[in-house]
Amino acid sequence: MSDDIVNIEVNGETVQARKGQMLIEATDKVGAYVPRFCYHEKLSIAANCRMCLVEVEKAPKPLPACATPVSEGMKVFTRSPKAISAQKATMEFLLINHPLDCPICDQGGECELQDLSIGFGSDVSRYSERKRVVQDKSLGSLVSTDMTRCIHCTRCVRFGEEISGIPELGTCGRGENVKISTFIEKSIDHELSANIIDLCPVGALNSKPYRFSARAWEMEQRATIAPHDCVGSNIYAHVLRGKIKRVVPRTNEAINETWISDRDRFSYEGIYSSDRLLTPRIKRNGEWQDIQWDEALQELAAQLQKSAGGDTGVLASPSSTLEEFYLLARLAEKLGTANIDHRLRQQDFSDQKNDPVFPWLGCSIADVEDQNAILVVGSNLRKEAPILAHRVRKAALGGAAVSFLNTEVYPYFFSTDQYLKNTDLVAELASVAVAAAKVSGKPLPATVRDLCASAVSNAAQEATAKALLDADKGLVFSGLLANRHVAYAAIRQLVAAIAELTESSFGNLSEGANSAGACLAGVLPHRGIAGKVKDQTGASADQLIDAAAQAVILFNVEPDKDLSTDAVAKLADKKCVAAFTPFVSAALEESATLLLPIGTFAETSGTYVNVEGRWQSVAGVASPLGDSRPGWKVLRVLGNLLEVDGFEYVSSEDIRDELEQQLGASKETRTYKANGSAAKVGKGAAVQDVPIYQIDAVVRRAGALQRTPEALRSESGEAK
Amino acid sequence: MSRIRSYIKTFTLWELLQGLSVTLRHFFIRGVTIQYPEEKTPQSFRFRGLHALRRYPNGEERCIACKLCEAVCPAQAITIESDVSADGTRRTTRYDIDLFKCIYCGMCEEACPVDAIVETRIHEYHMESKGENIMTKDKLLGIGEKFDDMISADKAADAKYR
Repeated sequence: MSDDIVNIEVNGETVQARKGQMLIEATDKVGAYVPRFCYHEKLSIAANCRMCLVEVEKAPKPLPACATPVSEGMKVFTRSPKAISAQKATMEFLLINHPLDCPICDQGGECELQDLSIGFGSDVSRYSERKRVVQDKSLGSLVSTDMTRCIHCTRCVRFGEEISGIPELGTCGRGENVKISTFIEKSIDHELSANIIDLCPVGALNSKPYRFSARAWEMEQRATIAPHDCVGSNIYAHVLRGKIKRVVPRTNEAINETWISDRDRFSYEGIYSSDRLLTPRIKRNGEWQDIQWDEALQELAAQLQKSAGGDTGVLASPSSTLEEFYLLARLAEKLGTANIDHRLRQQDFSDQKNDPVFPWLGCSIADVEDQNAILVVGSNLRKEAPILAHRVRKAALGGAAVSFLNTEVYPYFFSTDQYLKNTDLVAELASVAVAAAKVSGKPLPATVRDLCASAVSNAAQEATAKALLDADKGLVFSGLLANRHVAYAAIRQLVAAIAELTESSFGNLSEGANSAGACLAGVLPHRGIAGKVKDQTGASADQLIDAAAQAVILFNVEPDKDLSTDAVAKLADKKCVAAFTPFVSAALEESATLLLPIGTFAETSGTYVNVEGRWQSVAGVASPLGDSRPGWKVLRVLGNLLEVDGFEYVSSEDIRDELEQQLGASKETRTYKANGSAAKVGKGAAVQDVPIYQIDAVVRRAGALQRTPEALRSESGEAK
Repeated sequence: MSRIRSYIKTFTLWELLQGLSVTLRHFFIRGVTIQYPEEKTPQSFRFRGLHALRRYPNGEERCIACKLCEAVCPAQAITIESDVSADGTRRTTRYDIDLFKCIYCGMCEEACPVDAIVETRIHEYHMESKGENIMTKDKLLGIGEKFDDMISADKAADAKYR
């Protein structure tokens, strides 16, 4: 180990560095700032901006700190006259072709070039020749371009090659004529593409929906969580006068590193869509009328008290907060009904009694990239959880054998070990289980013996099983396609069996941002808080509308999009359908009798539990629009009207703490234990792939996302 | 001795006469009173009065919504909202100056990179009802158009000192 450490001197201070590290890492470690544009710690080294030139003793010329490896006894000077003059000269060259349009540039105020030109630029330009002008590229609805501002650091090019895996941007030409371009004009089309906005050190690549609408210095930066997938990416909302102007990633190495998906970045547009519900409304004699909050809630309380326990049902979106789930579960308890569910898109509930307390991935998100073999079952992973797909890609690039088992081939930008494609997921999994039993020499677990009765394995399946068996760390997890499959119970038992036979971790992705939270809080027909088994099992999501004869509460659910197609007609026949929703739509107007405006994820405080079981609490970041109120506040008042005991919460933290106390140790219980054998077939569509930009109500209304090639393809029904 | 002197002064009305001599002197000195509004004092070309937004000679708005004036304003009297205009340029959709908040320091004028916001020599204005203290973008552009000659002349006079 000691061989790996070298001692160098930075500005007279001795620093220890690992062999092979670059100078810039050593200087950063001691806080000796070296200016840079092209260097980024998550990207490869390009050394093409030349801004980080430093003086090294015995070197004839200044050396780029980002591309010079440390060596024993090196003496580095970052602020010597020679280093400074080299940096100033570089800055002068960079500024030759950079336009002086900072006042209209969206990067103005947060621009790396602007900041460094204060320190290293000269006050007067010596350049009087013609400046270069580059035509702007059209990159689609998410990223705006002002290519004249480009300083050719190639961070965006390297991002495409190394992070997203699809080189969408490249450089054309050389010398002064070099241009960043897509070569053939086309939109960027990767679900992480918009990260190039943050990477660009100047104003060449910027957010299109945000374009010209605010300045960096006037916005407040507020931390929150992106609620569109089970990863729970950390984001900052930049807020001006109570309104979100843009979203940028918040670095969290354990979850999203420095990236976020385009869905998380641009979904905020949906919050300000024109169909926001601004006042409570009630349907009287077929006419919608605006009413006051107190009147609306009293009306709802009266209706709920009238209907007998089992006649009431509650359906909640899996992206609601933990606090909202908990209050809903307690209200349902008070109303005496077990008809409460959040698993809106699930079709097979036959094995629900064996559910773990809450669903989880099988390992932490950060650990995914350290796995040696991964098998992903029934998942369009890039669209379901883009950040997780990136982790899987990192694992594959690190040498892991990554295999997929799906009904069709979804493209991934790394070499997959095996791609097992079969329209019958259960049959394919049974074969893999047989293969796993064969290569491991262990007998098939009793739970799947029936399912595997007639299964025969082939070479590809055996290779997949072998890779998992041979791996130090193996991971098998199922995705949302499996979750929504008609034979989910069978799939889960088979996946668990494969994991058991190959000694791998087992996990699964979950719907929405907070399925784990819903399970913990007891928004389930068969389980109460902390997985406590209910005396009487209520109707699960698919049966719930039929079971609840009188009243249904829809929490952040759009019946036409989130439920089955006939849900609207069925709901329209009910006596009381109270929709807690930020948005109003024709389907909601048709099906509901009462519309109550609640805040979107940005306007409410709350907690999200992600797929690795991490609790993340955030405050509301934007002002609620119109008369809309955070969901937990509305539920709290409704609870008071229904005279539920102990509903005196003053903050969402109170609710969370109460739940946490009740959960105790079961907060960490998440292992699935297969028990009994599952039936193989169900009815209905086998695979339901929900398009990436149709996943929830907010995303469906985000204009820029709906204009991306991805959204247009799914609209026209073209498969990808 | 001094008591006798003051006794005599009292009887000769000395102090009254002394005071009246001032009055008498001022009968013959030229007056300094300005007969406002018929008469006005001279103004500097740097006078900081009512604000205006200027246009280029071709009619294009100068303001590019960089919001530097909003940022520099010590009284926070300026409120700007901006967006992409129909021709793709950066433009304000709202430019309000609250004249009650404004302290007429002229920093907005100093900060402006395109000489769009200026303070004119106009200082005679009033408000009759609530809300008129908010100078909207239309009003400011209107002043800019109406007094363009004056603003241009003042800018030209000031140019050599910049």
